[in-house]
Amino acid sequence: MNLMPDRNDPTAPRPASGWRLFWFAAPSRFYALTNRLVPLCWLVAIGFAAAGLYIGFFIAPTDAVQGDAYRIIFIHVPTAWMSMLLYLVMAFWAAIGWAFKARLASMVAESIAPTGAVFTFLALWTGALWGRPTWGTYWVWDARLTTELILLFLYLGYIALVNAIDDRRRADQAGALLAVVGSINVPIIYFSVQWWNTLHQGATISVTAAPKMASTMLTAMLLMTVACWAYAFAVVFMRTRAYILERDSHTGWVCELRQRRIER
Amino acid sequence: MRQVFLCVLLRDLQLAARRRVDALLPLAFFIVALSLFPLGVGPEPETLRAIAPGIVWVCALLASMLSVGLLFNADAADGSLEQLLLAPAHAVAVAAAKSAAHWLLTGLPLLLATPLVGLAFGMSGPAVLALMASLLLGTPILSLLGALGAALTLGLRSGGMLLILVVLPLATPALIFGAGAVGMVEAGLSAEGHFSLLGALLVATAAGAPWATAAALRISTE
Amino acid sequence: MTAQWSSAAEFFHMSGYGFYVWGSYGVALVVMLAEPLLARRRHQQALLQAGRMSDDEPLDKEQA
Repeated sequence: MNLMPDRNDPTAPRPASGWRLFWFAAPSRFYALTNRLVPLCWLVAIGFAAAGLYIGFFIAPTDAVQGDAYRIIFIHVPTAWMSMLLYLVMAFWAAIGWAFKARLASMVAESIAPTGAVFTFLALWTGALWGRPTWGTYWVWDARLTTELILLFLYLGYIALVNAIDDRRRADQAGALLAVVGSINVPIIYFSVQWWNTLHQGATISVTAAPKMASTMLTAMLLMTVACWAYAFAVVFMRTRAYILERDSHTGWVCELRQRRIER
Repeated sequence: MRQVFLCVLLRDLQLAARRRVDALLPLAFFIVALSLFPLGVGPEPETLRAIAPGIVWVCALLASMLSVGLLFNADAADGSLEQLLLAPAHAVAVAAAKSAAHWLLTGLPLLLATPLVGLAFGMSGPAVLALMASLLLGTPILSLLGALGAALTLGLRSGGMLLILVVLPLATPALIFGAGAVGMVEAGLSAEGHFSLLGALLVATAAGAPWATAAALRISTE
Repeated sequence: MTAQWSSAAEFFHMSGYGFYVWGSYGVALVVMLAEPLLARRRHQQALLQAGRMSDDEPLDKEQA
C-alpha cells in the first residue's frame, strides 16, 4: 500500500513544513503503517525475550539467599515498570487527543489501557508468587504491592468510564481528564515506598546507590524490559487497528478494505 | 467569581435545608455502616480499637462517595447547570461551591459524629483527636475528588458504581495518610509526617480539583 | 545442559521453587498469548462488520 501523499487525494492534508509530524495522525495512514510495524515489534519482543531469559536462566547464578526463586524477578520487575510507564504513556496520548482534537491519539490511549491492566495484573501475580517463598506470604499490604493494586484500579476505572459513555468524543475527553488526573497520582504512589518500612526490597535499580545485583541479572532484566516494551507496542497497535476499523466503519477506505478481504 | 461561588453555595445549602432528611442520609449511612463492623468482627474491645481508625475512614469515604453522585444531577435535570456554565469563568466557581457545599453537608457532620464513634470503639482521647484532625483535613479532599467524579460520570447509566470505581483509587493516598496518622498516635509515635502529607494533599487537591471538575462539567454537558 | 543445570529435572525443580517460578512464567505466557489473540479476533470482527451498518442507524457524534 502506498503510504506517501497523493497529490490528487482530496483527503490528504496540505502540510506546511514542520507539520509532516501529523501525517500519520490520519487513521487510515496509521493503519497502513502499523500493518508493517506490528510483525517487526513481535520479532523484537521475541528476540529480546529469548536473550533475556537465556541469560536469566542459564547464565545468572543461583542466589545465595533466595535460591532460584529470585529468577521471577526477570518477569516481575519488567512488568511492574511497564505497568507504570504505560499509564503515563496512555495519559500522554489521551491528553494530546484532547488538546489537539486528534481522534487517533485518543484511540491509541484507549487501546493502551487493557495492556497496561494486563501488565499490572502480571506484576501483582508474579509478585505474590515471589513473595510466598521469600517472605512467607502471598500477599502483604505494603506500599509497593498495594500501590500496584491501586494502579490496577486506576486502569479499570479509566476503562470503565470510557466504555460507559456512548458519545465517543465525550468518552475521549472524559478519559483524557481522568488519565491525566490519575497520572499525577502515579508519582505520589511511586515515591510513597520511601515513607514506609516494608517487606518489599528497595528499588532494585537505584541511580545513586551501587547496584545490588550481579551484572548478569541486571542485563537479563533490561533485556526483558525491552522485550515487554516491544510486546506492548505490538499488542497496542493491533488493538488500535481494530478500534480504528470499529470507529471508522462508515468510511470509504474501510469498506474498500473489507471488500478486498472478502474477495480473497 | 466570588459572587458566583457564594451564590451557588448558599443555594445548595438552602435546598438541603428544605430536605433535611435527605441531607442527613450520609450521616445515617456512616453510623449504620460503622455499627456493622462490631457485629461482623466481634465485640472484642482490643480488635475494635485496632481497626477503628481504618474503618471510620473507609465509612467516611463511602458515605462521601454515595452522596456526591447526586451533586450535579438535580441541576443537570432541570437545565440550570447549563445556565450556570454559560460563562466559562464561572465553571470553576460552580465546581468549588458544589464541593464546599458537599463538605458542609456530608464531611462536617461526619467529623462532628467522630467523638461518639471513638467512644463506641473504645479509642483513647489522643486517638480520637487525631482521628478528628485527620478527617478535618481528609474529608474536604474527598468532597473535592468526589465532585470531579460526579462531573465525569454525569448522566451516565452506571453512575453510582462507576463514580466509586473512578474516585476510590484517587482517594487512597488520603486514606493511607489519614488512617495511618491515627495509627501512629495510637502507637505513641509522632504523626507529624502523616499530617504534613495530608495537609499538602489537601492544598494540592484544593488547588487543582475545581479546575479539573470545571473541565469535566464542560465535557459532560457539551 | 549447561554449567548451571546438571539436568533437565534440576532445571524444572528450580531448587525447590519450581511451583513459584513456573507458576509465574506460565501465567505470563498464557496471558501474553491470549491478549494478542483477542486483539486479532476483535480486528477480524471489526473488518467483517465494517460498512454493514444501514443508513437508518443513528450516527454517533463523531467528526471525521
